[in-house]
Amino acid sequence: MSRFWPLAIFFGLVAFLYVGLHRDPHEVPSPLLGKPAPAFALTRLDDPSTTITRDQLLGHVYMLNVWASWCVSCRDEHPILVEYVRKHPVEIYGLDYKDTRPEAVAWLEQLGNPYKAALFDSDGRVGIDYGVYGVPETFIIDKKGVVRYKQTGPISPDVLMNTLAPMIENLQKES
Amino acid sequence: MQMMKNLIFAGLMFLVLGVSTAPAKEALPVGDDPVVQARMMRLATVLRCLVCQNQTIADSHADLASDLRNQIVELIHQGKTDSEIMDYMTERYGDFVLYRPPMKTSTLLLWFGPLLLVVIGGAALYRSAQDRQRNVADETELTLEQKRLADQFLNRKSSES
Repeated sequence: MSRFWPLAIFFGLVAFLYVGLHRDPHEVPSPLLGKPAPAFALTRLDDPSTTITRDQLLGHVYMLNVWASWCVSCRDEHPILVEYVRKHPVEIYGLDYKDTRPEAVAWLEQLGNPYKAALFDSDGRVGIDYGVYGVPETFIIDKKGVVRYKQTGPISPDVLMNTLAPMIENLQKES
Repeated sequence: MQMMKNLIFAGLMFLVLGVSTAPAKEALPVGDDPVVQARMMRLATVLRCLVCQNQTIADSHADLASDLRNQIVELIHQGKTDSEIMDYMTERYGDFVLYRPPMKTSTLLLWFGPLLLVVIGGAALYRSAQDRQRNVADETELTLEQKRLADQFLNRKSSES
């Protein structure tokens, strides 16, 4: 019997390592899940004289998409959001993270603007409050202003259709 | 004791900085005060940079790391204690920012796993050592039959010579 132990340990180790291969160490669980979204008061990207605050968005289900014109993988994600918002009744707010206004505005003109409004976070302070560490990041916030989901890295069509879209639809039905 | 010292120190810092920098709060450069700088670096060496995960915020050149260093300085200027600053970071980035993970049920295996392995290994070693000793003992102990044969053989030998 005891001669089988090394084999058993070996397979145990293989199982552990195999699972480890498929886990992404860059996906750090957000401590914000289930908690109220951090407060913000930011100016609109296209209009520095208008401020939008978190509390104005209470009562709406919305996606908060953190992006920047310098962010390479945002380019992959962007058309997916443009397409999604064209076909579905969903509110997406952009959080333009550590960017400059002219570059960000030009970027949206070139690639399309899926946002109900883009908020301008020039020094990344709001980004820190949201625990942003890898742009793009996307949060889903419910009608009570609670963070329900966080995606780090670009949204793939698969994740959008199978995870985010059904979740948003369900949250929109909540009162 | 250390805690007390820190508190008193933080209180003094608050008083000194609160008064002396009030008119020019925003313009205060990051690296101007060596005491604040030293305290910031001490905190930054126990915080993980989430962009380049195996570096501390003190080591990393990532944008986020320098933002967070500035943020720590600002929190120090606001008179926050070390533990308040740590809470500020974990509220936003989770326990993962801490190089020394907190002890709780989900991290028990992390803290005591190595000890568990040592215990299992020690037990296995002890058992195999005992087995070996028993085998050696079995082999050296002669049965009555073997003893009789050995005596016979030895006696014959001695009588022949």
